Amino acid sequence: MQIRPVLSAADEIDFMIHGLFQYNFFGHEVWITTSHVCILIVMLIIIGFAIAANRAMKKATEVPSGFQNVVELMVEKLDGMVDGPMGSNAPKFYNYIGTIFIFILVSNISGLLGLRPPTADYGVTFPLAILTFAVIHYNQFKHQKLKEIWVGMCSPLPPWLPIWFVINLIGEIAVPISLSLRLFANILSGTVMLALVYGLLGWFATIWPAALHVYFDLFSGAIQTYVFCMLSMTYINNAIGSDN
Amino acid sequence: MEFNTEFILGCSAIGAGLAVIAGIGPGIGQGIAAGHAAAAVGRNPGAKSSITTTMLLGQAVAETTGLYGLLIAMLLLFVKPLGK
Repeated sequence: MQIRPVLSAADEIDFMIHGLFQYNFFGHEVWITTSHVCILIVMLIIIGFAIAANRAMKKATEVPSGFQNVVELMVEKLDGMVDGPMGSNAPKFYNYIGTIFIFILVSNISGLLGLRPPTADYGVTFPLAILTFAVIHYNQFKHQKLKEIWVGMCSPLPPWLPIWFVINLIGEIAVPISLSLRLFANILSGTVMLALVYGLLGWFATIWPAALHVYFDLFSGAIQTYVFCMLSMTYINNAIGSDN
Repeated sequence: MEFNTEFILGCSAIGAGLAVIAGIGPGIGQGIAAGHAAAAVGRNPGAKSSITTTMLLGQAVAETTGLYGLLIAMLLLFVKPLGK
């Protein structure tokens, strides 16, 4: 039975992901959704900026000027952000952390362009967290001996009594889930809040929602990007351990 | 026993309201963090920028538990897993 909405304008609230068209992928029903389109737009923005930056850096001068200044400043800031928590391990992770930082940041603030932020889709944030998880464990197996990992996994109890192993294993699996859910829920809450404001208030929501956009899209998005990268770096640094 | 859709939706709304009570915890936690950060800035004004960064990072991590409650509420209200 159809349930009537309490507010007449409640029909106009729209923050869901919509399927655009459907195709069959080896018998599976696969949908191209609005998230894909938003990711494509975000990618085009990033690629366009990257091409412009590449052109600017090809004719780089000793004393930077104009656009070259901006690009150098960005690279310096990103590298400085990685240097903080990672110390001497940092140079190997400039690329990874810088890439996910730029992608998540542009995704989060794409709400300002009228897009539905791609990071408000769990299918986007979970693969990002899985990537970080893979990097963490690749570095753990690369830099620590198997025996060290085993001792670490049985940590509060001696290594011949692996009762605590299961609890530590759940703790390891919780890392990507909490990383991705934190980002997803923050951006989704902002999206839902703005959709409610625009959907329920109608013409009354004209100019002042800009302040909400500044908080939910810019501030919250930037903070969550920073948190995601910081936590990734901390976990990776822990996985590398006291190797050097 | 069979329930009609309105009953299930109403119960889901009550459940969503209860789930959002999870916001109390992060509120208290973030308040404590901000208070201690203010005290730290008072003691050492030179370290203001790094204190602010640390505070915001800690607060954003502490917010997660509240957001889990929000997620449950949204699942109950918009995905309606119980009414199917």
